[in-house]
Amino acid sequence: MVKLTINGQQHEVTADPDTPLLYVLRDELALNGAKFGCGLGQCGACTVMVDGKAVFSCVTPILLLEGRQVTTVEGLGTHDNPGPMQRAFIAEQAAQCGYCIAGMMMRAQALLQDNPAVSDADIRAALQPNLCRCGTHMRILRAVRRAARLMQTADAGSASKNQ
Amino acid sequence: MIPRTIAASLLATAIVVAAYLALAWQPAVDPITPPDRASFDPALVRQGEKLAALGNCNVCHTAPGGKIFAGGRALTTPFGTIYSTNITPDPEIGMGAWSEAAFRRSMREGVDRAGRHLYPAFPYDHFTLVTAEDDEALYAFLMTREPVRTAIPANQLPFPYNMRILLAGWKLLFLQRGPYHPDQAQSEEWNRGAYLVEGLAHCGACHTPRNGLGAEKTRERFAGGESEGWTAYALNAQSPAPVPWDADQLYDYLRNGWQAVHGVPRGPMAAVIDDLGSADDADLRAIATYLASMIGEPAPQRRRQGDAALAQARRGTEGASTTGSIDLMRQRAATEPDNENGLGAKVYRSACAECHERGRPLPFGGLRLALSTAIEGPNPRNIINVVLAGLPAAPGGEPSPMMPGFSGALSDEQLTALLAYLRARFSDKPQWTDIAKEVRDAGTGARPVIAYPSHGIGAAPADVRERMSPW
Amino acid sequence: MRKDYIIVSRRRVLAGTGALVVSFCSVPLLRAQEAQQSRDDAQQLPGSLKTAPFLDSWIRINADGRITVFTGKAELGQGLKTALLQIAADELDVPFAWTTLVTADTARTPNEGFTSGSHSMQDSGTAIRHAAAQVRELLKAQAVERLAVPPQSLRTENASVVAEDGRHLSYGELVSEELLHVRAVATSELKDRAALKLIGTAVERVDIPAKVTGGAAYVQDLRFPGMLHGRVVRPPSYGAQLRSVDTGAVERMPGVIKAIRDGNFLAVVSEREYQCVTAMRALAAAAHWEEKAQLPRQQELTSFLLRLPSQDIAILDQRGPAQAAHKTLAATYSRPYQAHGSIGPSCAVARFEDNALTVWTHTQGVYPDRAAIAQLLGTPPEEVRCIHVEGSGCYGHNGADDAAADAALIAREIPGRAIRVQWMREQEHAWEPYGPAMLTKVIASLDGSGKVLDWDYALWSNSHTERPGGAGALIAGQTIAQPFPKPAPRPIPQPEGGGDRNAIPIYKFASARVMHHFLSDMPVRVSALRSLGAYMNVFSIESFMDEHAQAAGSDPVEFRLKHLEDERARAVVTTAAERFGWSQRLATGHGRGFAFARYKNLAAYCAVAIESEVTPETGRARAVRAVAAVDAGQVINPDGLVNQIEGGIIQSISWTLYEQVTFDERRITTIDWSTYPILRFNAVPDSVEVHVLDRPGQPFLGAGEATQGPAAAALANAIANASGARLRDLPLTRERIKAAIAA
Repeated sequence: MVKLTINGQQHEVTADPDTPLLYVLRDELALNGAKFGCGLGQCGACTVMVDGKAVFSCVTPILLLEGRQVTTVEGLGTHDNPGPMQRAFIAEQAAQCGYCIAGMMMRAQALLQDNPAVSDADIRAALQPNLCRCGTHMRILRAVRRAARLMQTADAGSASKNQ
Repeated sequence: MIPRTIAASLLATAIVVAAYLALAWQPAVDPITPPDRASFDPALVRQGEKLAALGNCNVCHTAPGGKIFAGGRALTTPFGTIYSTNITPDPEIGMGAWSEAAFRRSMREGVDRAGRHLYPAFPYDHFTLVTAEDDEALYAFLMTREPVRTAIPANQLPFPYNMRILLAGWKLLFLQRGPYHPDQAQSEEWNRGAYLVEGLAHCGACHTPRNGLGAEKTRERFAGGESEGWTAYALNAQSPAPVPWDADQLYDYLRNGWQAVHGVPRGPMAAVIDDLGSADDADLRAIATYLASMIGEPAPQRRRQGDAALAQARRGTEGASTTGSIDLMRQRAATEPDNENGLGAKVYRSACAECHERGRPLPFGGLRLALSTAIEGPNPRNIINVVLAGLPAAPGGEPSPMMPGFSGALSDEQLTALLAYLRARFSDKPQWTDIAKEVRDAGTGARPVIAYPSHGIGAAPADVRERMSPW
Repeated sequence: MRKDYIIVSRRRVLAGTGALVVSFCSVPLLRAQEAQQSRDDAQQLPGSLKTAPFLDSWIRINADGRITVFTGKAELGQGLKTALLQIAADELDVPFAWTTLVTADTARTPNEGFTSGSHSMQDSGTAIRHAAAQVRELLKAQAVERLAVPPQSLRTENASVVAEDGRHLSYGELVSEELLHVRAVATSELKDRAALKLIGTAVERVDIPAKVTGGAAYVQDLRFPGMLHGRVVRPPSYGAQLRSVDTGAVERMPGVIKAIRDGNFLAVVSEREYQCVTAMRALAAAAHWEEKAQLPRQQELTSFLLRLPSQDIAILDQRGPAQAAHKTLAATYSRPYQAHGSIGPSCAVARFEDNALTVWTHTQGVYPDRAAIAQLLGTPPEEVRCIHVEGSGCYGHNGADDAAADAALIAREIPGRAIRVQWMREQEHAWEPYGPAMLTKVIASLDGSGKVLDWDYALWSNSHTERPGGAGALIAGQTIAQPFPKPAPRPIPQPEGGGDRNAIPIYKFASARVMHHFLSDMPVRVSALRSLGAYMNVFSIESFMDEHAQAAGSDPVEFRLKHLEDERARAVVTTAAERFGWSQRLATGHGRGFAFARYKNLAAYCAVAIESEVTPETGRARAVRAVAAVDAGQVINPDGLVNQIEGGIIQSISWTLYEQVTFDERRITTIDWSTYPILRFNAVPDSVEVHVLDRPGQPFLGAGEATQGPAAAALANAIANASGARLRDLPLTRERIKAAIAA
């Protein structure tokens, strides 16, 4: 039994400790966000966050993850209550087939959580490990910039609420 | 009244200083109008292009994302940060107003057109060996590049390092002016190799240790050095490569950007190999010959160790099946409980073995770690760099080996355990000391980890039997 | 086969058919209906109504007024679902949120063949629009009866029919089981432009919210109780024979249910997915193959193509008056095999239960795939149901059909359980059918006034479609112990074309000849890749037009306009050039390139202008910015259209700069993203602008494949402009650019 914390919730999973996180998320926990794209750490469709840093869940065995915080796209918000990253991607209609998008969002989330005031060049460099085959890159960049603005105003909003 | 002795000392000091300044002062070379590009012989320009590739000029003289040769790249040294100069033919910021004589002086003596001493971050202690003919070709090449006018940031060097005049003293101690004089006892190919390696290719600038004043320790030539957070391995008899390098293997490596029993270049070496992609075969063979002679013929014991490493590497992939490897790993677990059941072993088995023992051959497969030079190396830095940052995709769309980075996945504790395991399992050398500190430094940024994507590899194996096993 | 009715039949309209007919007779529509019962008349029907003329094949209405729209097409990520619902909701006058779309399902939807060729809007969109309009009129007719008012006094809004005096009846109240089970008629009262509220609007896509919040959206997300996982072990090369395999050891591995062998078809099934991956690897290692494939030498691909026996099809032979040629140019262009490279390897789920097989698949054609699977299993097609569930972008014929067949075969071995088969990355890369390698040769001459006088174009290519192909076109069908013969490839006739798609230039030349050398020997597995032959033909034609423009001393845009008569084509060309700032100076080392094509010479018009930057020392070329203009007829969803054009440009840049499938004498060697790199964020342009020329009232024109060719040629032209180096062999790699500059 390996204990994992996914999106703030504790799970005891029965998969072998050697199992890559991706299969546990999808197969055992029925979470759809992280996707199988290559299983080789080359495409990023499986990207999730561990302690706020982007990782390829397809090459991260769960034995590494006890006591750490795993965040998937499901942890960024819900269909009825989407978070800023999700709202940004919807507003920019940043998807064609959409298969790469959850991975893009997680990598972008890790970037923006670390430093919301990123430049365009920073965003491009940060997203380099993630592939999009449909050519949605321009919209993805716009969506990440928009998410950055939303997250910054959200901070400003919550700061003023706390006063 | 100043005592006589003190006055005498002051006078002596003043004379010495004056003499020093007199010797150190270099005149300016008159500026010229930038020559017309068409005035340069195209054959000479092409010759210069090859030489510039061997000298890796574009790597230091191009800022990330910047125009080629326009300078502005930050070079971190123990003395502060130096920014590379603009060597495009722009007359104001670049070299456009430099005559050929001025250029030759900078290569031979490390002095710029205005007469200022250059920091040896520009490795004129090597470039001094370049012949006048080759300088002429390089000049032709550089003066026919696209002029770029972008401002270069000022160097960040604290006093006294910002006093260029002091470099004259440095040169007095450490600069042996060239050009290269062939060793008559050696072959033409060896001499060509020596000329290139010691001159333009300036291998020693990374692969030779430096003293406290930043000069190469010539008595410890090729004993190993470092560059931008990466260990540049020894290229002498202390070469840590498990399988001893020979000239053919070195040639393959330089030509194709990978070698079957050594691996692929990472770190700054990746950029060097990219540039060597346009070098002549004969030149690469010469470099290989010379370096092989520096490494020397391996002693019988060394050769046996190399064979053992090859055997261990092959054993790990017998049948090229994960099942086979799992069985072997279980066997090892039974016989070496401490190492094989520890955290490091578990990390290796679950995160690394998949690619590093699955039988996909180089260059695209993971190196069998019994063949890893990094694990045999003097410190775990290169392994840390590769494990954390991986091998990124080539930026220009060329096929190239890729490895995911594990920086987000591995905690410091897990990485430390993994490194200790790898050293214990794949090397007979004593365990690294201070693994935890190295890991910590990499994590906090005290030692920056910089990944260098290669620009693709040359020929991939043509032998069908070397394809990976069917899936 | 069970038909799934959405309508809850609340009441029947009048007991006897006589009364029914009488009550319907008052409506002119239905009078016309009686006269059009024959099959021949179906041919007059718009779009796919030709093959599915009953209105309730397309539109069903619930008692609560909710609408279900049916389409035989599939969502590929092109925004189809949203666009079709916009059309239906607009013509029906129902709130968009009240509509649901059922896509390609052999049990429920019309047979619209494949979702391909950019036909969806033209075929399905048109059918749905007309069906919706006709349903609306039928509902009004019902209201006429119920409210006893003249038809002209009624209007429809918000899923209700409303009378002048304010009385209203909801669609739910009006509808009955039989009402919509009538044949469509040839003409419909379509809304005119002023009345449209959704068509032409950038309605947000209905599928995106689920995709960004982890909702189940793809076939890969399907989960069923007791579902098992399957993996296939593919041969190491085409035609390899499985000499021996010890499945015993694998079957003893944890979680493994069964290893399956049928001839050269090898698979393993287990309870958990990762167990299956591990078992697959063990099974692959335990298998011993005899390989016999003989692939052409990579470096000699073009001469290889020229040596193959060919079927020579002259698709254009137009002779003008003889004139003296002022200048003649010749060029040869080449394209390697290129991969779809779907980001999500193919996947399917199948369950065999009670003699019926259900397959959930991202195939582009549920009906043809069903036929092939039925043939594979030796069962009647009625016992096989294929349901389309989205996969990742396919860009044509990828591994989807094969994965469906794999799942079907395995499911039959383990009845009663859902079996999920997921291909590995290496399998998708190595076994998908590629876009074929092609060679083109052009000779053309200019007259004294700088116009093209004579144009002689020849192309060599394999088939660009291996479907429908029956079981013999499926890997499963080729590898089982009793294999099916591979179907003989046939060329797709003009005006669609396969390798010869867009080979006929749209320009007006005095004389022009186009020869299609159809090569039926296919050493490498090939089929349809987005735009088929148009990518290469437009690349060739538009590169060559530029070479001619240069020879004529003419501006490339002006040169094209000189030869273009179609007004809409001219509009697209001038818009793109203008918005790009075609006459503006560029920085040193930068170049500009232009290209234009009308997809298939009958679908969307698209012009692309690209600014590139080339570093001669490294040979590195970058697309700095792209500006496109597109005319897709009446636009349903402008944002969806722009999305497709933007994406198509970027994908084409990737194909053009980077992509080639490689192989040695026996095996495909591009098996993952390290060996087959595609564009990453660092190489994406600074900006991509798309300008849409909307044509309300004009037929919908397919635009999903309109950019592949123009973007490629615009980029090649921009590189030539920046560096002086004209490259004709795809891909335009750094090595090639550097060598061309040095030459």
